[in-house]
Amino acid sequence: MILGRVVGNVVATQKNHHLVGKKLMIVQPVDCHGKNAGSEILAVDGIGAGVGELVLAIGEGGSARIVTRTENLAPIDIAIAGIVDSISFT
Amino acid sequence: MQLAKVIGTVVAVCKDELLTGIKLLVIQPVDSAEKSIGSPIVAVDTIGAGAGELVFYAKSKEGAFALPDPNACTDAGIIGIVDQIYRDTGEVEL
Repeated sequence: MILGRVVGNVVATQKNHHLVGKKLMIVQPVDCHGKNAGSEILAVDGIGAGVGELVLAIGEGGSARIVTRTENLAPIDIAIAGIVDSISFT
Repeated sequence: MQLAKVIGTVVAVCKDELLTGIKLLVIQPVDSAEKSIGSPIVAVDTIGAGAGELVFYAKSKEGAFALPDPNACTDAGIIGIVDQIYRDTGEVEL
């Protein structure tokens, strides 16, 4: 799973029917210190995340479809699976 | 998934039979500010996208799921056309 910050969302009328009713969020991957790491991704929201929140995203198709409660043939490869409250190091 | 801009088309007569009748588009992955990320790739079109449009695509096997035959051999598929992007810039507009 990857850590990321939700920086926006995308509106699309014309899209695959499996994505109807799903929120598409722009996620900027970050490292564990909150610094940007890599380029933005587009994730389906499975949890109810909002802009500005630090989230956990799953970048694997099978698990992404489970977390978004979609069918097996939904073309979803990244989904938001959690909202991060805190990160601590030992 | 990732955002991308459609920049061209590919015509290939000799290809895997599962790709027959499928439109192949050249897309340039971009970020939400439409700045290019990496090199262009070729993706199958499942939604009817055209040149110059901002789209989003699924990578890997998921790219093929929206095709008539989900077993078609592809690693990127366009699954939606972007109408609008709302981006939090961190600035407060007054």
